[in-house]
Amino acid sequence: MWTPWRRRGHLGTEADRAAFRALHQASLASPALREGLTTESAERAIRHLRALLGTPALALTDTATVLAWDGMGGGHHADQAAILTHVAVERSSTRTAERGHLHCDRAGCPVRAAVISPLVVEGRALGTVQAFAPTISAGLVRATEEVAQWVSGQLELAELDAHRNRLIEAEVRALRAQISPHFIYNSLGAIASFVRTDPDRARQLLLEFADFTRYSFRRHGEYTTLAEELRSIERYLLLEQARFGDRLQVTLNIAPEVLTVVVPFLCIQPLVENAVRHGLERAEGTGHLRIVAHDRGPDAVLEVEDDGVGEDPERVRRALAGDAGLDSVGLGNVDARLRATFGDEHGLVVETAPGAGTKVIVRVPKFAPGVSADPLPGIETRGTER
Amino acid sequence: MQTAHVPGLIAVVGVTLVTLAIGIWGLRISRTTSDFFVASRTVGPRLNASAIGGEYLSAASFLGIAGLLLVGGADMLWYPVGWTAGYLVLLVLVAAPLRRSGAYTLPDFAQARLSSKAVRTACSVLVVGIGWLYLIPQFEGAGFTLRAAIGAPEWAGPVIVAAVVLANVSSGGMRSVTFVQAFQYWLKLTAILFPAAVLVVVWLGDGRPAGPISGDDWSMPVASGATGLYATYSLILALFLGTMGLPHVVVRFYTNPDGRGARRTTVAVLALLGLFYLWPPVYAALGRVYGDRILAEGRHNVLVLELPRAMIDGIGAELLTGLVTAGAFAAFLSTSSGLAIAVSGVISQDVTGRWLRGYGERRGVAAFRLAAVVSVGVPLVVSLVAQNIGVAESVGLAFAVAASTFGPLLVLGIWWRGLTAAGALAGLAAGGVGAGGAAILSIAGISATGWGGALLGQPAAWSVPLAVVVMVVVSRLTAHRAPAHARQFLVRLHTPEWLDLPTR
Repeated sequence: MWTPWRRRGHLGTEADRAAFRALHQASLASPALREGLTTESAERAIRHLRALLGTPALALTDTATVLAWDGMGGGHHADQAAILTHVAVERSSTRTAERGHLHCDRAGCPVRAAVISPLVVEGRALGTVQAFAPTISAGLVRATEEVAQWVSGQLELAELDAHRNRLIEAEVRALRAQISPHFIYNSLGAIASFVRTDPDRARQLLLEFADFTRYSFRRHGEYTTLAEELRSIERYLLLEQARFGDRLQVTLNIAPEVLTVVVPFLCIQPLVENAVRHGLERAEGTGHLRIVAHDRGPDAVLEVEDDGVGEDPERVRRALAGDAGLDSVGLGNVDARLRATFGDEHGLVVETAPGAGTKVIVRVPKFAPGVSADPLPGIETRGTER
Repeated sequence: MQTAHVPGLIAVVGVTLVTLAIGIWGLRISRTTSDFFVASRTVGPRLNASAIGGEYLSAASFLGIAGLLLVGGADMLWYPVGWTAGYLVLLVLVAAPLRRSGAYTLPDFAQARLSSKAVRTACSVLVVGIGWLYLIPQFEGAGFTLRAAIGAPEWAGPVIVAAVVLANVSSGGMRSVTFVQAFQYWLKLTAILFPAAVLVVVWLGDGRPAGPISGDDWSMPVASGATGLYATYSLILALFLGTMGLPHVVVRFYTNPDGRGARRTTVAVLALLGLFYLWPPVYAALGRVYGDRILAEGRHNVLVLELPRAMIDGIGAELLTGLVTAGAFAAFLSTSSGLAIAVSGVISQDVTGRWLRGYGERRGVAAFRLAAVVSVGVPLVVSLVAQNIGVAESVGLAFAVAASTFGPLLVLGIWWRGLTAAGALAGLAAGGVGAGGAAILSIAGISATGWGGALLGQPAAWSVPLAVVVMVVVSRLTAHRAPAHARQFLVRLHTPEWLDLPTR
């Protein structure tokens, strides 16, 4: 923390202070720009950018229109600024505009000349920074260029963030698709075996199957509630049980207080699938599966435990680190998404050893800023108390 | 040990053991495959309302009101009225939007609404302060209850309650907390209703004797004089707006599945509290007839415990005494547990969790235990040092602080998009320093007479408007720094969940 008296004591010369001021303004503008170039982010960042340049007016544009204007003359110069944008974007280089391009009949308007510098990300112009002043100086041109370059850098980082998010989204889609062939084939086979002997149960299972796929293949929404996720897990287990019969014993111990916790979509289900697949299918005899959710004050703790063959801890470590060559494809993905959503201390904890079963623990905070459940439209879930 | 203490002892030991047992082993409601479709069923409004009632009905409700009414007269009825009506304000203004905000604690709400770490920190400090202010009278009440029930020394009650709560909370006593607290409500209702019904029958059998006629003063709904009028209005304001700022009440709303569930829960809470608060006045009225000795000995605080013996003899009186003692003790335990969980949750999130950052996976548990020790220990020490704080009055002060800080923050945060972080911070500081300062002076035993005493004893009437004005004015002055997402956030707060919003 800085307090005013310390600031005076330690920051030396005027040049030092100017540098600090510039860095400070840049750091203020940075968070907005890291969200990409939109009207909203431009409006939040532009004040700080103008403070950096010290011009009477500044505009941020995309390739066609003015996104934000700070300072004077915003009303009557916006159209001219849009025209100036085209030239700079087409040439991908810094241009200047004189009085001739900026017709103005208002006395005292400081917008008489402009420096237009393009924002270039990966060789592509996304927009421009336009600095307006009564006259152009070489210093202003240089400064505007530098600011444009810095903004471009920030936008490039934003692009990287977006790439990373798209990658995670792609992985979620892959997860949805992954639920697939085995399970669908086996479930339908199990259901088919009941069609003659127990038509009611077969019908019931088919409905569960339909609801299960609707949840798992849903396209939109990043988050869901634990109740929704558990409901889908219940359906999944019901279908698996139709197949395994008494060989699969399931115990659920869920504190109802944590059902409203918001979690990333499909972040528990893969763990349960892993437990059933790796823990039980390979082991002989009856397999026990335990799913527990505790209330721990500001956190909810979830445990998925099986008494199957277990796993070499080193392999699990590699799966969590993202080694896709291993069986537990879901594990690394779930871990990454939990960390991305709630922070590094909320990753998966896996307790396992060969022959000793596996226990996966997830610790989820009840509240995290910006994390809220997306309602699932159109699904009136059965078994819900309304 | 006298024979008179036996029923009380049995009741206290019984309630303690049951509470500890539930905390340590939990109600192991496991579902096996045949019926596990129940596992994902969220808590319904009625169950949740019972749980809120169980947590909310504290020593002040169970013991305090009857004693205050006996001594102070009808104007003390504003306490039960206000404690119930607070939920009406909560229902109309706060319940559903708060749930939709996704916040678990009040600091969470502040952070989500204003995106400000500073406001979050201020709210955490206030939650801890209000929680402690509310815990102190619980421990005090436990002291004189145990003295009356089993003749224990004054310090024994606070220590026992604190130890049970601590053991419960730190051993993971949140297991099946909803069922436990809901059970506590019905236990408390039974413990106050059944003896009251018996005693009323006794009174009818005695030929309905009237109490001593002590003039009109006792039945006046407003305390006498201009200061009395001020104090009454101030109390009403504190109780109406304070309920929404109580940390242990707010966290329970998180259990509701959606905003609609939160509203329905609140309606059910109103009904349950209304049902409960009918009975303390009955004790007070009967105390006017039969309780001369209790009043003369200055033991009006334990009127509810003493009245059965004052009215009937023999085994019946002993059984009724045991029942009310069990109810009173349950009141201390449930309210203290709820507060301890809420306060330690905030402390572990914002303080101890950060201290123990390097401790890896066990950090969460260790941080929560450490926080539990702090959150129970501090009010325990204060209640042992500062003797004789009126139970209902000091709960009233906790309400005043909540009403002057979280009241404006929640109402403005939910209904006014112009609120800024700076405005909220300034308002919280104004309300918190004002009402909190008055509360600390009162607990420290500094009291003035006349208007000074009234303004310090019942600060809400000036501290709430002060906080609102400061919040609005500073927000206006810093309007350019309003959080960018305010409009979008308010849309989410006020839109029913089943409406699929096009923008996200």
